Amino acid sequence: MDFMVFQYPMITVQACLDGILLGILFALIAYGMALQWGVMNIINIAQGDLVILGGYIAYFMYLYGIHPAWGVIVSPIIMYFVGVGIYKLVINKVVDRDLFISILATFGISILFMQLMNFAFGADVVLANSGYGTTFLFDSAVVLPNSKIFSAFVSIVFAICLVIYMKKSKLGRAIRATAQNARAAKILGVDTEKVYAATFGLNAALCGVAGALISITFTIHPYMGLPYTIRSFMIVIVAGLGNLPGVAMSGMGLGVFEEFADYILGTEFRIGSVFLLLVLILVYRRFKLSRKREYLK
Amino acid sequence: MNKNIILYATILIFGLAAPFIFPAFKVQLSILCVLIVLATTWNIQGGEMGYNTFGNILFYGLGMYLCASVQVGMFFPLAEWTESGGEKTFVHTPSQFFQGMAAGLVVAAVVPTIVAGLIGYAILGLRGHYFAICTLGLGVAAGEISGGIEIIGAGQGFTTPPFPNVGGLEARGEFFYFLSFGALVLTFIAVRAIYSTRFRLILNAIRDNEDKAEAMGIETMKYKIIGWMISAFFCGLAGGIMGGLVGYIDSTDVAFDGREMGVFMVLMAILGGKGTLWGPIIGATVFHIFKEGFWTFFLGWQYVALGVLIVVIVIYFPEGIMGWLREKYPERFGEVVDEADRKAQVELK
Repeated sequence: MDFMVFQYPMITVQACLDGILLGILFALIAYGMALQWGVMNIINIAQGDLVILGGYIAYFMYLYGIHPAWGVIVSPIIMYFVGVGIYKLVINKVVDRDLFISILATFGISILFMQLMNFAFGADVVLANSGYGTTFLFDSAVVLPNSKIFSAFVSIVFAICLVIYMKKSKLGRAIRATAQNARAAKILGVDTEKVYAATFGLNAALCGVAGALISITFTIHPYMGLPYTIRSFMIVIVAGLGNLPGVAMSGMGLGVFEEFADYILGTEFRIGSVFLLLVLILVYRRFKLSRKREYLK
Repeated sequence: MNKNIILYATILIFGLAAPFIFPAFKVQLSILCVLIVLATTWNIQGGEMGYNTFGNILFYGLGMYLCASVQVGMFFPLAEWTESGGEKTFVHTPSQFFQGMAAGLVVAAVVPTIVAGLIGYAILGLRGHYFAICTLGLGVAAGEISGGIEIIGAGQGFTTPPFPNVGGLEARGEFFYFLSFGALVLTFIAVRAIYSTRFRLILNAIRDNEDKAEAMGIETMKYKIIGWMISAFFCGLAGGIMGGLVGYIDSTDVAFDGREMGVFMVLMAILGGKGTLWGPIIGATVFHIFKEGFWTFFLGWQYVALGVLIVVIVIYFPEGIMGWLREKYPERFGEVVDEADRKAQVELK
């Protein structure tokens, strides 16, 4: 297993393509995290659980005989209201407080969601079968399920729509203004409370889209949320806030890294290597900054 | 001072007598001791130093695995033990068990301390939420990786040596109770000792403004690392004891259980009031009583209740029980209060 990657170049191609398609999905989730981080200065540990919840919505549509691809439309609409609900119940009480308080509060939400999903949907690994078939490339040496291509395509479409929306619409402008300076925005008549709620809702909706796509392409499980949170956090800190091409690039990079880690180290170390990579990236940046006597904060 | 001695003596006597007064709750009391140790040591980082870590679970889990590995590995081949599920093929004699446990606990305390010292320079340079998320990642990574290592049981877990058949049925509970109570007393004495020195003031200075502390000529990094090593020492010890008490080690559900124990220690310290000596102790006691008392009513819904509990505590009681008491009775905490000023403040509210 260990040296397959070097002996069979096609495996490398396979891993790269898989990784890039997967990474586009990660980038979509990370974009949501960057959005709310930039606007509200909150790191949402429950991000991954919102993704999984969105996935279960698509999965349930599949169970009731609707094609799961429609989940891409339905799931963000439901998730938007879930997001606004979470904001109204919890997040608006921790927005201006110490960052650790918000991390801990969203950690609590994460545990809550994880367990509620475990009760509602059971602890099995599930998958919504889209029936899209597969594409074979290079004499069948590289196998790409069409659902992965579909999901990457849909993520790109959603990302572009969101960018245009943020640039052109009134709410988008209000969100950007609040991100730059919440107080100034308030003085100029922006209802920041509403903007925060909408931002959190938008983030949840993005998670819903990503979750629906993940339920089609990969598998979902109630406890699989935290790795998605960590991945999106990692992508955001590598790319920086508000750097969209950077988010896309580092998302794809992470996807490729994961596929290779999967091939080289074995599947049991896949999640572990993601978490370890986060630690390494943070430590690397800490040493880089400390030469200038600065620090990550 | 005199009052304090009476208080400590009462607690000590009660602690020593507890397993005989409540023989049915010996295991619960031992777990309580371990929880208090964890909350108190978390408080060194989270409360005094202002570095909110989710990563102390790393040392706890490390100590758990190390203690059990040493206890087995001293006398039997470790790989065969974990493969066969342990107790069926190899049996520890009483003296082997106790010798192994003693050596295991020493290793379980010392190695995490060294690990904390080694990674401390890298990790403690991060601040704020970067530190929190980094330590969270560290804990989960340790759990995932140890779940893939064959020699310590990988995914199927690691059965710790069963307690030898000496001293009747009650002996096991009493042994682990006194072990964990001893760890608690040791932790309390150590923490109280360091809190009464300049060290605590330095930690508080780091919490309040690290840049200024550095400008004052304090080598902040050195003290941060020492603080973390002290935490790691007692976390490892607590982990080693807990491993023997539970009797079974699983990588993500028992040892590196970031979702349960890793959050518990933060929650207990916050519930009691961080940045105080007694806060984590009170917090852990209240939390444990609540958890054991009400867990059975939420049968199956424990984690839902836990999630709600975290959110409620964090939003509504971020100052904890000690903080609330301090606001209510500031005189007891040695604060001089101007009566007129206080009345004016009450009226303002």
